[in-house]
Amino acid sequence: MSTEWPEEIYGLLREAGIDQFAFVPDAGHDHLIKRSIADPDVHAIALTTEEEGVGLLAGAHLGGSRGVLLMQSSGVGNCINLLSLIRTGRFPFLTLISMRGDFGEGNPWQMPMGQSTQPVLEACDVICMRIDEPGDVEGTISAAITMAFNSEIPIAVLLGQKLLGAKKFS
Amino acid sequence: MPDSKNDPNTDPNKGTRAEGKTATGHLDRRAAVKTILDMLDEDTLIVAGLAGAKGDVLAALGDDPRIFGFGGAMGAAASMGLGLALAQPDKRVLVVTGDGELLMNVGTLATIAVSNPSNLGIVCVDNEHYGETGYQRSHTGLGTDLATMAMGAGIGAVRTVGEESELVEAGEMLRQSNGSAFVLLKVRVDEPPKIRFSWDAAFHKNRFRQALLGTP
Repeated sequence: MSTEWPEEIYGLLREAGIDQFAFVPDAGHDHLIKRSIADPDVHAIALTTEEEGVGLLAGAHLGGSRGVLLMQSSGVGNCINLLSLIRTGRFPFLTLISMRGDFGEGNPWQMPMGQSTQPVLEACDVICMRIDEPGDVEGTISAAITMAFNSEIPIAVLLGQKLLGAKKFS
Repeated sequence: MPDSKNDPNTDPNKGTRAEGKTATGHLDRRAAVKTILDMLDEDTLIVAGLAGAKGDVLAALGDDPRIFGFGGAMGAAASMGLGLALAQPDKRVLVVTGDGELLMNVGTLATIAVSNPSNLGIVCVDNEHYGETGYQRSHTGLGTDLATMAMGAGIGAVRTVGEESELVEAGEMLRQSNGSAFVLLKVRVDEPPKIRFSWDAAFHKNRFRQALLGTP
């Protein structure tokens, strides 16, 4: 997988003042996770389940900081009830989602959550934006950051398997 | 105490939803939480978990802008406290939550232990029951020990408080600890009066930020 567009994403997130990076280990977000761990100016927070990231980001905002939740599409299912905190409190919320169960998926266990990721998020009032081409990274991530932190609404950016490359199964 | 509770004529909870319920702890939850909160600096930021824990905080401090209180999203109080503590390293942050809520996302104890912000404390008010849903017994009334789990998660400063005389030492630990701290309050089962608190989380968020940051 290219590290050029992930590095571009990292730069945009940092430029926007995001300094809490919450994640569950994930191949699709590998570069962003490593960069955040290596960066002395940010908090890289390994979660035990993605829903902790929802509370964490709301707490960050309460304290005047900005955070991002990096997760795989399967983690979206773990977050659903806690998204009520975001909606009821009108908290800004930005999550980047590496897709599985998407273009070229070879593991059927990934399909149910992958295919329901966007409708489930939209049912919870999270606006979804999708990136399938490296050339769309800058524009879409910048737009998502503005919408999340200036309009203070929940935004998910779905990084499709066309962009990430489908995991190879022999 | 347990004996009198088993006698329906002398049960202090007679006529409430907690009637006939017993727990191993005997602290008065409202008094215990107030003792701890009164020891903390006035600029301590408070995240109050839903239901009984929020009532304990409101009874002690009143409807104060430095409290963010939950009305749902069960299981998020501790992770919110972590995000807040990382964002405000110069202020103490205290999460007050119940045994039922903490059990719902008990892995957060591990996340907190690994991050280990020195300014974060967690108080778990453990009455061994799910009060909000009708006082069903929780896991902590059936052998689960959340203080042992907090230690196992890697939190360095952990206390179980079973007696009033132990509260001051636990409060000092929360006030001064150099790493994240966890206090388990073993309280008796009762149903203190409800305290009215707006359900509008956006209002509380904005009020909290206005007081802390000078902007909503």
